[in-house]
Amino acid sequence: MSDPLTVALVTWLLAAVDGSAAVALQGGLAGVGEVVFGALLWLLDQWYWLMDWVYYVTGVEMLNPRYRYMHRAVLVGLCVGVMAPLIGTFLVHRQLALIGDALAHTAFAGVAVGLFLNAVIDLGVSPYLTAVVVAMIAALFIELISETTDAYNDVSMAIVLSTGFALGTTLISLNAGGLAVGVNQFLFGNLSTVSPQSAAILIVLFAVIVGTVAVTRNELLYVTFDETAAEVSGIPVNWYNRVMVMLTAMVVVGAMQIMGVILVAAMLVVPVAGATQVSRSFTESLVVSVVLAELAVLLGIGVAYYGGVTAGGVIVLVAVGIYICAVGIGKLQSARGEAETPEMGTIETDGVEVDAGTGGD
Amino acid sequence: MSENIIDPATAADTSAASDAEASGPIVDLSGVTFGYTATPVIEDVSLTVDSGEYVAIVGPNGSGKSTLMRLMLGLLGPDAGTARLFGADADRFGDGERVGYVAQQATAAEEMPITVREVVKMGRFPYVAVGNLPAEGSGVDDLFEDPIGTTRRTANAVSGRLTDADWAIVDDALTTVGMSAFADRRIGQLSGGQRQRVFIARALAGEADLLVLDEPTVGVDAESVDAFYDLLDALNDAGITVILIEHDLGAVVEHADRVVCLNREVYFDGPADEFVESDALARAFGTGARFLAGGAE
Repeated sequence: MSDPLTVALVTWLLAAVDGSAAVALQGGLAGVGEVVFGALLWLLDQWYWLMDWVYYVTGVEMLNPRYRYMHRAVLVGLCVGVMAPLIGTFLVHRQLALIGDALAHTAFAGVAVGLFLNAVIDLGVSPYLTAVVVAMIAALFIELISETTDAYNDVSMAIVLSTGFALGTTLISLNAGGLAVGVNQFLFGNLSTVSPQSAAILIVLFAVIVGTVAVTRNELLYVTFDETAAEVSGIPVNWYNRVMVMLTAMVVVGAMQIMGVILVAAMLVVPVAGATQVSRSFTESLVVSVVLAELAVLLGIGVAYYGGVTAGGVIVLVAVGIYICAVGIGKLQSARGEAETPEMGTIETDGVEVDAGTGGD
Repeated sequence: MSENIIDPATAADTSAASDAEASGPIVDLSGVTFGYTATPVIEDVSLTVDSGEYVAIVGPNGSGKSTLMRLMLGLLGPDAGTARLFGADADRFGDGERVGYVAQQATAAEEMPITVREVVKMGRFPYVAVGNLPAEGSGVDDLFEDPIGTTRRTANAVSGRLTDADWAIVDDALTTVGMSAFADRRIGQLSGGQRQRVFIARALAGEADLLVLDEPTVGVDAESVDAFYDLLDALNDAGITVILIEHDLGAVVEHADRVVCLNREVYFDGPADEFVESDALARAFGTGARFLAGGAE
């Protein structure tokens, strides 16, 4: 039962990587890449049109049709607000909150690799694309280490994190020419540099992430909650862990555009931590964390635009503010909820349906 | 390797085999040896558990009880010997839903926002996995006849949504363990004993034939422990095979039908009453061991 599923997942992930590779190499590759990229640009046009409408109806200056980059930034922000807490929920409850940080720093190495290749052999790929590839390799590497050593440990995570960042800074200083200037955009994120190309990459990442979670949410939940029981029930736990870390790598790179390397992990953790305080069920916590993240992203982008400050920092500050409110609300809720305790029912085994020993004695 | 050669007889027999298996032993270990390092933790253990039995596995700390359980369940593969579960190779066993597993404490259970009902729901996951797309009502022909219904069924199956029938089973399982009133509580708010009942309910929701419990009463208050064992007795009477790993010898002697005393190898395997009279305990544990409560009194 499990084998076809894993095969399907792997082919899907591979297809997804191929798909996004085609987007970036569209200059060189005719055919499929061209078509996919065209479709994504068409999608982007529809988004512009929608944003124009919102502008005419509401008159929000931020969405003025002259500022196409803001339209793209809002799109990226909305997507990040969905996919980061979606993945973050599964990570936080496995005490893996810091893996996002580790992967973001390796993604920075990926950016450096991209910039380096572009400068040296004039490859012409988007640095975000090399970042996806490098971060996903690093993610798999972390997962394989943890599988062989039987634990995710702080030490291996810290080593991967600093190796990534060290590699990035080294590569960048190697051909320092015009590169050092462009690095800030990746370190801290930037609303105004979201190009149509990187928005297209993000849409692909978004589709892959949301699609994968939609199909595998049961298994991911089981593995997150109780890994051993999940394994006993026949779920190939290692495969789902690998899928999970690779999705994390994708989210990190997707969110990097507006959040920057240093702050991207916050989007995986802070809204989820807030949602955990106020929600009772897992489904509720997923929905609430997405709502909180969207709130933080939209408020943050707004403040950043009108206040002329870096979006990434503001978004995180807003998210932390929301988290503090959530803690307060959670405390109030539990103070009021403690009052009634339901009676524990009696054990009724008459109704148990047992198939055991059908052919037995 | 020879395993890659498909034996047509076996391939054709797979479905028929599952019926035939029911009459054989549920757990069948023969000559199993396993070690995490060169030193074996389990050495030459042979053990069969038949349908409907209530078996307790006891032994001192570090005696390999949990390792033996992991070998039975196929979470580990033996270094030597064979481990079979429901007649199939344990580490390649596909019908995971037939086994319910209850651990000491689930790791994430404390802080994770998840309700009792959502935990019990997990027992149904193997039944709603992508591979279990219903054969009828989801073909291409049906797409033309009933496009909306077929699409909905397929979407539900792909996204693993539980049907009403699945939810009814979940609620029944909660009633069985007496936790219906807590269905919408966060699992972290429950006491240890209540939480273990919920995990039993999860196994029941999975319609498990075999219940494997790894020291389930650690950190559970005495009163709840009694209720918990009553529940296990009742489930065993209803026909579920129970394998219990336990350090509380008193409880074991009182409730289990059969005791396996383990310390790297099997020291005793037989009815619980005989275990009390035998010297297996002293040999396996060293001389200081006593029955802590219950049966020996």
